[in-house]
Amino acid sequence: MVAKVKNVGQPPLNLTESLYVTELVRGLLTTNRHFWRNWLRRKDTATLEYPDRKRPYSPRWRGLHRLMLREDGSPRCVACMMCSTHCPANCITIVAREHPDPAIEKVPASFEIDLLKCIFCGYCEEACPCDAIRVDSGVHAQPVYGRDEAIIDLADLLSRGSQSTSKQGGRSL
Amino acid sequence: MLELILIALAKCVFLFLAFLLGGAAILSWVERKMSAVIQDRIGPNRANVLGLTVFGLFHPIADGIKMLFKEDFVPARADKVLFFFAPMLSFVPPLLAFMAIPFGPPIAGREWLLVSDSQMGLLFLLAVASIGIYGHTLAGWSSDNKFSLMGALRTSSQLFSYEVGLTLSLLGVFMVYGTILPQSIIAAQSELMWGWLPRWGIVTQPLAFILFMLSSIAETKRAPFDLPEADSELVAGYSTEYSSMRFAMFFLSEFVGILLVSAFGAVLFFGGWHVPGLSGDAWWIVALQVGAFLAKTGALVYLQMLVRWTVPRMRFDQVIGFGWKYLIPFGLLNLLVTAVVLAVWR
Repeated sequence: MVAKVKNVGQPPLNLTESLYVTELVRGLLTTNRHFWRNWLRRKDTATLEYPDRKRPYSPRWRGLHRLMLREDGSPRCVACMMCSTHCPANCITIVAREHPDPAIEKVPASFEIDLLKCIFCGYCEEACPCDAIRVDSGVHAQPVYGRDEAIIDLADLLSRGSQSTSKQGGRSL
Repeated sequence: MLELILIALAKCVFLFLAFLLGGAAILSWVERKMSAVIQDRIGPNRANVLGLTVFGLFHPIADGIKMLFKEDFVPARADKVLFFFAPMLSFVPPLLAFMAIPFGPPIAGREWLLVSDSQMGLLFLLAVASIGIYGHTLAGWSSDNKFSLMGALRTSSQLFSYEVGLTLSLLGVFMVYGTILPQSIIAAQSELMWGWLPRWGIVTQPLAFILFMLSSIAETKRAPFDLPEADSELVAGYSTEYSSMRFAMFFLSEFVGILLVSAFGAVLFFGGWHVPGLSGDAWWIVALQVGAFLAKTGALVYLQMLVRWTVPRMRFDQVIGFGWKYLIPFGLLNLLVTAVVLAVWR
């Protein structure tokens, strides 16, 4: 199918426009109006003074990851590797160890996320069978001085965690 | 003799420190803030001293400190001597030109508020202000950089073209008041026409004022005539290779130039320090008159800034074409009409 082309001609300038002077004065009046409207009262100003004031995000917005906690405060994560397997950016590194409680098989010895690799797709949250990892903290990834600092560890992830109300798999409470 | 030199020196130092450097620093803030406000933004407001920002007025100080501590870079194949002198040559002439601008009336018969009561009057100003072109041209020439050279070429051709238009627009004013001395022009402007209208230059020479504003914007190299430093084509024009305080000197010379043409316009077209219906030697009257002069200068600076942030940049052939085909013919026409009217009138 041939695309429809609509020719939008340039309208010819009328006398006052072709003299430029009147249009120049109109332009000056426009900038002048904006100046006096915005000078003290900031009537049209659209700027948001970002670090001081923040635009509210949608609750579905995906920010920094966090690991949720059980009722006793230990991590809900059972190191099943679902999230790291599913991660398209391959940014999650989990090292598992045995949990002292035989009813819970594993617990993460370390849980590292490389934020420089992470694309904040949220698939880890979708993949998690026990509501352990979430991306709903609403916190931005902070700028860092070195690549090493962009890797967040277990303690950092748990520091943003809170108790989940969903039923924890593996052990009946 | 010594006393005269000392008094002139004191006036120079006061003018330089209080009005020019302070004024130029504040103008850099005014420019940034005003462009922001016109474009519905907020503008600089972050630099603070003990949490006090004062509408971002500390930004010029921060800029100055930053400029001082930047690396002073000289290109390897630059002409070192000219590269060294060019910023000074562009910075000093606009400062010198202020010697001919009266800030207030003579007090007890002596010109306390005018640095040099020379018989050259405003011709001195015109002559000195055009020396600045050499600074910009040499800066571009000595940098060993094609962008700089292009900027220098544009600067010289544009400034020489508009110098003619500027001078032609002033001739009409000189003819109407019959003098080139700033204080005499202001005195002539303080007379009333038909008993109520002050004989300001804007009333007697309206076309000359428009021509003066246009060519003075071109002389200060600002939009729509900012071709010498057209960022989108020439990086930064003649000042591309400059950094640190040498760049700051070009930067300051631009703002001092704005102050200069605004003060010049206030003297020629708005009666200088003259306030209608106010005369006398009392200190408060003098203070009011100096304030009036500063207010008039400020209003013209506002107009210049408004034009700068309204009109887009012209093409270079349009700039030169406008200068030669419209500005100069209109200047000549204005001169002719003024001459005829004066001949018939007298």
